[in-house]
Amino acid sequence: MADNNEVIVTSGLTKVFPTGLKAVDALDLSVSSGEIFGLLGPNGAGKTTTVGMLTSRVIPTSGSASIAGVDVIADSTIVKQLIGVVPQTNTLDRSLTVFENLFFHGRYYGMRSSEARVAAEETLDRFKLRDRATADVNELSGGMAQRLMIARSILHRPQVLFLDEPTAGLDPQSRLALWDILGSLHESGQTIFMTTHYMEEADRLCDRVAIMDHGKILALDTPAALKRSMEADTQVRVSVEGDLDGLAGHLKNFEGVSESQVLDGAVLITLRGRAGMIPKLVDYVEVGGFALNDLSVSEPTLETVFIKLTGKELRD
Amino acid sequence: MSDLALAQLRPARDASLSAFKAMLLRDVAVLRANLASFILRTVMQPLLFVFVFTYVFPKIGQGIGGAQGEATFSSLLVPGVVAIACIFQGIQAVMIPLVQEFGYTREIEDRVMAPLPVWGVAVEKITAGALQGLLAAVIVFPLATFIPATPVHLNISWPELLTFLPLATVLGATLGLAIGTRVKPQQVTLVFSVVVIPVTFLGATYYPWASLDPIPWLKWAVLINPLVYMSESFRAALTPQLPHMPIGAIYLAMIGFIALLGWVGIDGFQKRVTT
Repeated sequence: MADNNEVIVTSGLTKVFPTGLKAVDALDLSVSSGEIFGLLGPNGAGKTTTVGMLTSRVIPTSGSASIAGVDVIADSTIVKQLIGVVPQTNTLDRSLTVFENLFFHGRYYGMRSSEARVAAEETLDRFKLRDRATADVNELSGGMAQRLMIARSILHRPQVLFLDEPTAGLDPQSRLALWDILGSLHESGQTIFMTTHYMEEADRLCDRVAIMDHGKILALDTPAALKRSMEADTQVRVSVEGDLDGLAGHLKNFEGVSESQVLDGAVLITLRGRAGMIPKLVDYVEVGGFALNDLSVSEPTLETVFIKLTGKELRD
Repeated sequence: MSDLALAQLRPARDASLSAFKAMLLRDVAVLRANLASFILRTVMQPLLFVFVFTYVFPKIGQGIGGAQGEATFSSLLVPGVVAIACIFQGIQAVMIPLVQEFGYTREIEDRVMAPLPVWGVAVEKITAGALQGLLAAVIVFPLATFIPATPVHLNISWPELLTFLPLATVLGATLGLAIGTRVKPQQVTLVFSVVVIPVTFLGATYYPWASLDPIPWLKWAVLINPLVYMSESFRAALTPQLPHMPIGAIYLAMIGFIALLGWVGIDGFQKRVTT
């Protein structure tokens, strides 16, 4: 992935808080243009501190970070023009209406009054907030406030959008709606760096995921590759007429099978390198003289990857 | 990159200046939308004060003002009331919003992420607070001048007024910033009891500083109170015939307090938003 298209680059990025806590430990990252990059980890893993250092809010103890080649600490005023940030909490300007939140945001980023007005109007339509334009932001639902926060953060057309736990605390419907928004931003070419502790979110949205715990990246790859990297790649459940123990023994000899056992009236095998293996597996079952009833495949989730790497559950 | 037109990057200086200006415009828009409550909160306290002490008391024959007498009292109250209006804006327009923004809403985030240095956001807070202080002074001045039952004698000294007024409003705003960045939301009422009330009562607002001669320890102790210099500055500018501190000393003290409180406030602001 690392090429001259890199937008976010960190090198040995470290933050030690005055309490002695090493929140982020020598982080080396590279995120390419147009990518959705996810930082996945439990609370306290160092995700928010990482976003803080990438957005000029947390001063690194050592190491460096740059956005589009611009040093985050040395040239923070330039970097702030290159990034949009949606923090964990609702930081909408409570003294302003929905429209004014967008309008003044544009003004902060140097848009002329007419430009900011046009940008705010377009954004209201794009994010389906038109009918709430003159509403007090205190009246917005959680999902709508989050939509407005995202709308505001990309109004100045940043190169990178940072989202810190964007769907934490949202109801399932709002979460789905937000995933759609992030998906369409991704399609339009927006580079997105997000943190999450929802497996499904990382799996569904992100091009690449870094699994983080205790300030360190434990694994970094596409969700599929992360799952493939697990020793047991695919779990296949095979049910046949007759001798299950015999089948279990037979399947142990199939190429790529690391485990084979009888479970709940079927044989459960773990199989590496799924692609192209299933038809061969079907043939192999029949060659062994078994009449195949049913075969189902389930991939391991990021959750299994995470538990394997950290030895703990992800959710709080 | 596909259909995303990225924003043009601007040099740090240009970006900072326009962000600063836009934040001021935002504050003006908020002030305009809340003008009625701004006027009410600005006017109420001085209005009642002037009304009771310089209208009601003389009418009902209750004397106030000690040796200087009632007539002088209404004149020496004008500078004090204007000074209080300035310092209250520092509390109401800078400190209270800041405590809320840091404590509950975190809504300062959007402005902190705007393309200007963090200290620039703090300076904008001071500027907006000072402008509101100026507006408050302009609103309160006629009240203090025309309500009293006994005549008010003003001898406006313009060079002093035009230099002391901005200094006093900036001083009020830096005080608000300094307190606002160091106080938790649950401590606001405490700040009123232990800071705001003592500062206003012992701020040479209802009497000239020089008249504290009979209580020397108090006369020297109140010199740590920035409001003393604000009141004395308006006394020198509006009623120079009444006793007031030497003008040079007032300038020096106000500039010194602005530097000190400005530093404390900007430093506190930076520490609150970056770690």
